[in-house]
Amino acid sequence: MTLRRGRAALAAAALLIALVGCAPQTDAGARDSGTTGARPAAEPSGTLTVFAAASLTETFDALAEEFERQHPSVEVVVNYGGSAALAQQIVSGAPADVFAAASEATMQTVADEGLAADPVIFATNTLELVVPAGNPGAVAGLSDLARPELVIALCDPVAPCGAAAEKLLVAVEIAAAPDTLEEDVKAVVTKVRLGEADAGLVYVTDVRAAGDDVEGIAIAESAEAVNVYPASPIVGSSNPGAAVAWIAMLTGLEGRKVLAEAGFGEP
Amino acid sequence: MSPDRGRALSPLILVLAGVALALLVLPLVALLIRAPWGDMGRLLTSPAVGQALLLSVVTATIATGLCLVFGIPLAILLARAEHWPVLPRRLLRVAVTIPLVLPPVIGGIALLMLLGRRGLLGSVLAELGWGITFTTGAVVLAQTFVSLPFLVFAVEGALRTADRRVELAAATLGASRGQVFRLITLRLVAPGVAAGAVLCFTRALGEFGATITFAGSLPGVTRTLPIASYLALQSEPGQAIALAIILLVVSVVVLLALRDRWMPGVGR
Repeated sequence: MTLRRGRAALAAAALLIALVGCAPQTDAGARDSGTTGARPAAEPSGTLTVFAAASLTETFDALAEEFERQHPSVEVVVNYGGSAALAQQIVSGAPADVFAAASEATMQTVADEGLAADPVIFATNTLELVVPAGNPGAVAGLSDLARPELVIALCDPVAPCGAAAEKLLVAVEIAAAPDTLEEDVKAVVTKVRLGEADAGLVYVTDVRAAGDDVEGIAIAESAEAVNVYPASPIVGSSNPGAAVAWIAMLTGLEGRKVLAEAGFGEP
Repeated sequence: MSPDRGRALSPLILVLAGVALALLVLPLVALLIRAPWGDMGRLLTSPAVGQALLLSVVTATIATGLCLVFGIPLAILLARAEHWPVLPRRLLRVAVTIPLVLPPVIGGIALLMLLGRRGLLGSVLAELGWGITFTTGAVVLAQTFVSLPFLVFAVEGALRTADRRVELAAATLGASRGQVFRLITLRLVAPGVAAGAVLCFTRALGEFGATITFAGSLPGVTRTLPIASYLALQSEPGQAIALAIILLVVSVVVLLALRDRWMPGVGR
């Protein structure tokens, strides 16, 4: 009996260790102990975790490859998603080293918690209409977003692309009739790409990234809503050296080149 | 009285069961503790919440109805397949199981491939002016897709354990096929049907991935409570928790109420 009880206690202890081991690092202590940018001179190594807005997918994939080539001992892991969702994850203790957002508002969410070490603006982006190849809905301009017979996909206003779309539509006084409000810009592109939506309002860069499945229609009034992209190392990062190196590359010549090729504007 | 009563459980079982229970219950306890109770009145009476709750309850109810109408016959077929050759029997079982193991988002994509505007059937329907995507009907369909297996397996389980000789006896005594089904079979499996319907309803209520992929997200039309909760998480986490608590309360109330009445042995 004692043997059995001992075994049970052992099993319970093992499970507890396993459970505790799985817990993400959310304690404030771990965050405070790190100081970003303390050792910029040392060659970075280890894993660099970048949280990036969905609209950065193609550029950051390319930059991650370049970064790993320059720093062979670093493995870059990028978590793409809606900026607002990512900001929320970082605030809840997700282990990010760098956050690159599609709006200043979502970066502010992180800054308000004292977690954005040093935000810099590295790119701008404007909106464009996106339609499936062949433009089955015969969409010509922003005013077509009000046509009730078309299936229109927009971003929800919580996402930066949705906030920009709202701002633009208010500025040009068009009452859009959306059929769905998606949580991030890539979800809108997907709906258009699959032909389920006749038109969507997304970033210029997303239209370019989607290739031949879609067509972009430039908007004359797009300067009414320009999105700026801030990036910042995260306070308490486990890899501050690599985080600083990443931001340096992003704002340097290589970053500019890749971003410009994708259609992003200069800050 | 069950023969197990009074026999002490081994400590190992108790410890492991305790860990399992803690994993299930503690996150919900944390949710309740962190909920913005002071603000709850304002959060819950906002029109967006009422709209999402109404949409969720209505669509989940219709989805449960569809599961009953089409799922009970499928369960009967599945129970009957016991006497089939191995391969078709297994294929049938796999087909019913797939929605349980498929990530719901992929289920949504699969529904788009079939019923989307450019889908196999959807392109024909769209020609006729019966486009389904981005409608409340798409929400119901996505919910039915993911919750159907719960009903089918519950009813099939009841059919397997039911005493089928009663059906034979009724048939021998001159009952028609329809009479046997209505008066005997359905009554034999009533507890399984009720349990399956409850599981179906709660699964449909919580459905997220297939819905957002196949039906989109528009307030009042396709934005159900789980989707509203997910979006709120990005702007107002307090509201997201409030929405989650509504879902939790509705599900717990439904499970408790129906199980007491219908599930033999559970409500005692």
